Amino acid sequence: MIKIIIVKTSFLIYIFLFLQMNALCAQDPAKLMKQIEDKLEKINDYEADAKLKTEISFMKVPDARVKIFYKKPDKIKIKNETGISLVPKETVSISLYSLVKSPYQALDAGNDMVQEIPVRIIKLLPSDENVELVLATLYIDTRRMLVLKAKTTTRENGTNEVELYYGQFLSIGLPDKIVFSFNTQDFKLPKGVTFDYDDGSAKKKTAETVKNQRGKIEITYLSYSINKGLADGLFK
Amino acid sequence: MWQLLQIELLKIFRKPRTYISFGAIALMVIIIQIALKFDGKSYIEFIVGGLKDSLDIPYTNILNGYFVCFIILNLLLIHIPLLIALVAGDSIAGEANMGTLRLLVSKPISRTGLMLAKFMAAVIYTALLLVWLAFIALLLSILLFGTNDILIARNDALEIIRSNDVMWRYLAAFAFATLALTTVAALAFLLSVFAENSIGPIVSTISIVIIFTILSEMQIPLYDRTIKPFLFTSHMLAWKGFFYSKIDAGGSSIPGTIENIRAIGKSSLILLLYIIGFVSTAIFVFNKKDILS
Repeated sequence: MIKIIIVKTSFLIYIFLFLQMNALCAQDPAKLMKQIEDKLEKINDYEADAKLKTEISFMKVPDARVKIFYKKPDKIKIKNETGISLVPKETVSISLYSLVKSPYQALDAGNDMVQEIPVRIIKLLPSDENVELVLATLYIDTRRMLVLKAKTTTRENGTNEVELYYGQFLSIGLPDKIVFSFNTQDFKLPKGVTFDYDDGSAKKKTAETVKNQRGKIEITYLSYSINKGLADGLFK
Repeated sequence: MWQLLQIELLKIFRKPRTYISFGAIALMVIIIQIALKFDGKSYIEFIVGGLKDSLDIPYTNILNGYFVCFIILNLLLIHIPLLIALVAGDSIAGEANMGTLRLLVSKPISRTGLMLAKFMAAVIYTALLLVWLAFIALLLSILLFGTNDILIARNDALEIIRSNDVMWRYLAAFAFATLALTTVAALAFLLSVFAENSIGPIVSTISIVIIFTILSEMQIPLYDRTIKPFLFTSHMLAWKGFFYSKIDAGGSSIPGTIENIRAIGKSSLILLLYIIGFVSTAIFVFNKKDILS
């Protein structure tokens, strides 16, 4: 009799724990987003040294050392102080804070794996229909409360994607590397303007250009200096 | 030979028309520099086209001395052959017109030696014109606009070269341009042998360069496959090859590299063959020619 009571009690405890775990894992998307927001809230601004790699089918650019300036909520500037770098204007995806801070409705969209890490997918629908952002999808590592990937769809520039990799700067909640993918347009100038030298490889390049209309920039952060107070003039 | 060359150089540089080329180049370069100084942004906007909507274009950094010099060379190296023809086309025909050619060949010097001295003088004039162009287009642009990375616009691509990787490319490009313009000088020199006054060879050289340039740039498959690879004007553009870099597996350009060095080597060889062909023919014809004027 006692044995049966122990088995039944154990079963009930197991069921209770199982339900609690599920409830914990499947926590309310709004609460989850609040936790992410609280974490991002800690970074008021940063200045970072980084390495920039640009991959656009019609562009040949050497890797560059850049400085990245960020100021809450949405100011971002990528500066190449020693040369020229062409970076996408649409950098809203990089500023996760501006995404989670704007008014939205958060919807649970299930689970997935990003960088071999289980993530919760949360879709953010802007409350204001007139804003540029149409939809944002965040892939959140709920164990560490980190956004590993974000997809944003805007009215003007289609869908952009940013993937964030964390490592040595995890303690301050900032990524080591981000990979930003975006739409690019075809590039063509009249030959009568450029007077190109035809070295025989032009046809191959044209085929590649037509095939791939996605651009990608990869930013590898080398150091951060956070919350030192940055002047607004830096972002002009 | 050295004495002959000195005399020929003296003849070239004593003529006022020789300095028209130097003056014209200076004027054209300065006009372009002034235009870019005041409205360079519009030109860059034209180059980048629709990309300015999606990419953050650093106009001030792009508009630098290296970029301005590249634009100048792109515009002028098409037209400088006309200035080369002005002197090279005059080298034999001018003497025939003045009646000094018969006097010249009656001296105890070989006709081949005389022709080589005249051609060498034309080559030196060409080289000096390019040194002048380099001075005014590169150095003056650097003084006016400063230096930075260079943005190279191609028909279907944009390329950025770091500023510390640019100067050697310009030196190579100017050296190649000397070879390319020497080809034009050799053509004008050859045509000069057949004429009794310099207008004929100058206009003929200009016409040939214009026709060949049009054929080179028309992009008609029939001509691209058959005629274009053999036109010297197609290979004269190979100076730009020094500004095309190789890319690594990740798509980034590799500093200090040239995309297709073999193609530039082939173009150099073709131009060299043209020069040898034109000059040899000119010497052969001149040696056989009855000098009546």
